[in-house]
Amino acid sequence: MRVPAATGYLLWIPPRAYPYPSRDPVSTSVGRNVPRKDGIPKVTGAALYVDDLRFPGMLYGRTIRSTISRGRITSIRFDFDTAGFTIVQAGDVPGDRCNYVALLEDDQPFLAAHQINHQAEPILLLAHEDRDVLNAAKVEIEYERDIPVMDAQASPVVFKEIRIRKGDVERAMETAEVIVEGTYRTGHQEHVYIETNGVIAVPEADGGMTVHGSLQCPYYVHKALKALLDLPDERVRVVQTETGGGFGGKEEYPSVIAGHAALLARKSGHPVKMVYDREEDMVATTKRHPSVIRHRTGLTRDGRLVAMDIDVLLDGGAYVTLSPVVLSRGCIHAAGPYRCEHVRTVGRAVMTNTPPNGAFRGFGAPQTQFAMEVHMERIAEALGMDPVRLRDINALRPGDTTATGQRMGDDCSALEVLRTAVERSDFHRKRAEYAGTGKGIGLSLFYHGSGFTGSGEVHLKSKVALEAREDGVRVLVASAEIGQGTRTMLAQIAADALGVPYEEVEPVQPDTAQVPDSGPTVASRTCMVVGGILQKCAQEMREKIGMMTPQEYARLHGPLLVTRQYEKPHDITWNDTEYTGDAYATYGWGCDVAEVELDPVTYEVRPLRVTVVHEIGKAIHPLLVEGQIEGGTAQGVGWALNEHVVMRDGAMANAQLTNYTIPTTLDTPRLDVVILENPSSYGPFGAKGVGEMPIDGPAPAVINAIRHLGLDVRDIPAIPEAVMEVACASR
Amino acid sequence: MDLLEPRSLDDALGMLRQHAPLMPLAGCTDVFVALQFGTETARRFLNIWGLDELRGIDVRDGVLRMGALATYTELGRSPLVWEHLPMLVAASREVGGMQIQNRGTLGGNIANGSPAGDSLPVLAAADAVVVLRSLDGERRVPFTEFYTGYRATVIRPDELIVAVEVPPVEGAQWFRKVGTRAAQAISKVVMAGVRAPRPRIALGSVAATVVRLPQTENALAAGSTLEEAQRVLRQEIHPIDDVRSTAAYRLRVAANLLGQFWAETG
Repeated sequence: MRVPAATGYLLWIPPRAYPYPSRDPVSTSVGRNVPRKDGIPKVTGAALYVDDLRFPGMLYGRTIRSTISRGRITSIRFDFDTAGFTIVQAGDVPGDRCNYVALLEDDQPFLAAHQINHQAEPILLLAHEDRDVLNAAKVEIEYERDIPVMDAQASPVVFKEIRIRKGDVERAMETAEVIVEGTYRTGHQEHVYIETNGVIAVPEADGGMTVHGSLQCPYYVHKALKALLDLPDERVRVVQTETGGGFGGKEEYPSVIAGHAALLARKSGHPVKMVYDREEDMVATTKRHPSVIRHRTGLTRDGRLVAMDIDVLLDGGAYVTLSPVVLSRGCIHAAGPYRCEHVRTVGRAVMTNTPPNGAFRGFGAPQTQFAMEVHMERIAEALGMDPVRLRDINALRPGDTTATGQRMGDDCSALEVLRTAVERSDFHRKRAEYAGTGKGIGLSLFYHGSGFTGSGEVHLKSKVALEAREDGVRVLVASAEIGQGTRTMLAQIAADALGVPYEEVEPVQPDTAQVPDSGPTVASRTCMVVGGILQKCAQEMREKIGMMTPQEYARLHGPLLVTRQYEKPHDITWNDTEYTGDAYATYGWGCDVAEVELDPVTYEVRPLRVTVVHEIGKAIHPLLVEGQIEGGTAQGVGWALNEHVVMRDGAMANAQLTNYTIPTTLDTPRLDVVILENPSSYGPFGAKGVGEMPIDGPAPAVINAIRHLGLDVRDIPAIPEAVMEVACASR
Repeated sequence: MDLLEPRSLDDALGMLRQHAPLMPLAGCTDVFVALQFGTETARRFLNIWGLDELRGIDVRDGVLRMGALATYTELGRSPLVWEHLPMLVAASREVGGMQIQNRGTLGGNIANGSPAGDSLPVLAAADAVVVLRSLDGERRVPFTEFYTGYRATVIRPDELIVAVEVPPVEGAQWFRKVGTRAAQAISKVVMAGVRAPRPRIALGSVAATVVRLPQTENALAAGSTLEEAQRVLRQEIHPIDDVRSTAAYRLRVAANLLGQFWAETG
């Protein structure tokens, strides 16, 4: 059902029930809810995850980890019979330079040799054919302890600093009629993908190494293994097995576990399986960066933004990993979807002696937009102004510029999502009606850049290939299906661009021996960037095969392989040193309206309903898009209200699903999802990114709804214990 | 690991006498978790899940008798429990999720002895009696005397919990669990109350064992105001901080729950 809205936008409201897709031949699949490519195997249990795989002679691997936050190893003692065990220590890594996880900085060792920088840091590896014997082995490690850095605000080590400047903030601030300041904090968040991190490393006869694993970025793992094992490209092979979720948690971490399994496999000469249990996965792997964000904002009395001064602090944990890039996206989104001529954002990612924080859906933007949107609510309060109106007059419009000076095109939809969400949720009526009832309503306005930040896509030079064969068309990309629908969506794009039925297009399993490097499966880039290159491959193939079908062409001329590489659109410019220009080719736009109820006995905040309006250019597969939006919204509500990583002595103390409580269905509000389509000229069929944006909005909308109840909450998670503190202090 | 499979209750009691110590298991909803976390020290188990003699819910002479193997699902659906002990119906419906409710048993919740056990405040407030049996015969232990410390009970290595008996409960019954989320949660504070001339109040997750609050009960029985009773309650319990909540929260919410109980049963 498509209803053209008065704005000229396409308004797509998900129907309650989805008709089973028609089997009749149709010319297009884009925009239709075709059956997902991985649906039947997953529902029937035929899909093979890494723990389902066995190889002859396979051993099990285990990681022995530090139990202190900072210090030096003074002794290691094996309190078990080492016969039958393979043991790997830092000294077994080929060369000194090899013992670093290749990513941005060479600072994170695969195995700590002497220095310990965080709890659960890998020190040595064991492998054995019997998992019970392996788990019973005891290793005693003694340490000389140093005082760890636990407070990011007191950290002496800055991994990365970013400065964004527009106009003259100090002078403009002097002209402001009203100044509002505030500090906002967000906590760690654990990904809780349904399948934990796991790999199997298989040593090859030629000295090479093959790794099968649950991962998002086959070529990141490929790069890390080449450096670790000192092997050339072709001797390392990485195969993505069916993957049970990622959310960024399988972006950089799989390089570590793959390296460990490969070290054990190389030393033992046997395949080695390593699959973390939930507790190890939670304690040892990455989390969302905690943040402390300060705002100082100058305004006119009638609510126009005059100057914005923003300070962003991210806790990177012990090693650099991806923190500089997370900080970059965070800072670029820190001023929100608003127009202001004078903006200064200073961001730092700093070291603490805690396990490294890393990629998590949204990648810094949820933290900074949480702060921005809660701050906007406080500004509205300070001005005595309607929070919708404050956002309406300041929202970016086509022709306006962002903090980096990027000029907005016609696909800028801030006002449309705001107005649609306000109308659809009946915001103003409820705002008045809920006053004094124990219910509250609040909103958030946000945007999310699609694809890698700045020149990221230019550096990546992603390649995509499409192959016509006698049995159909194959899509060759390194983009991983991790539950989000990559295989389905890419097949739809290729099928329509090529003019063949969806059923005849099959993406192959990502395997570095087979597929080109189309970059990592991250940053809301798979549909827009990889899908865009794929569309060009298909158009080129179509020109080559003329009136024939791909199968007919292949029968006559043999298989046809078309490979294309990312090409930067000419009208996009970015300055990496000044942090100015087009930070992203395009943006998705969102507005969330949250309705909550406070239990005065328990201080629990129950989210009742969230109205979610997203403008994403084009919904290639509306049902999958809706799934991403619902899932991301629930995850955002969890981050706001439930999900509390309890850190004790630098380690997660509640590393169980019983005690780290993600929302159940009963904790998840009713979700009313509206998808708007305002096509971008850069994405296939007008599509923009969608995977991350849904988690940007729910937390500030929920916290602003709590503010409507009269509670001045500025930090998340707003667990009942924290809400109680605020409620009792304000009495 | 050993698993003994008795065919009858006598068979089971014989095995307990002969091969003690054995860890009885039924629904395994706690045992499996402890084994997975490596915190379970027992290596020899007695599977009593098939012993139908330990099932069944009935009422004799006004006394509600629930077999040790009554599951939460059975308790939540039993007309007798609805009639005699509705607060146990409420508690049963908030234990874990449906799968746990299908497997978890009342006897298991008692034997496991977690201070956060959801059915335990109900049994404490109801003045329940635990029926223990060994080859030497049966003995009845008041539930309020059953625990001797954190996860420690009066149960002997050769005894099994066979049933729980609840004498008639006069007055309105009340139950509320405050968990870490809306479902599939462990209690941060859990209260059961009976509004009788001498009120009975029990709390979970605020001490090493489930506790009754005799001083608070006395205050209410003597006609204290609610505010006075809440003050007594705050003196009477000494909860702690842990990964699930804080002492301050537990103390305040326990007092708030008393207020809600009093308001809703008044």
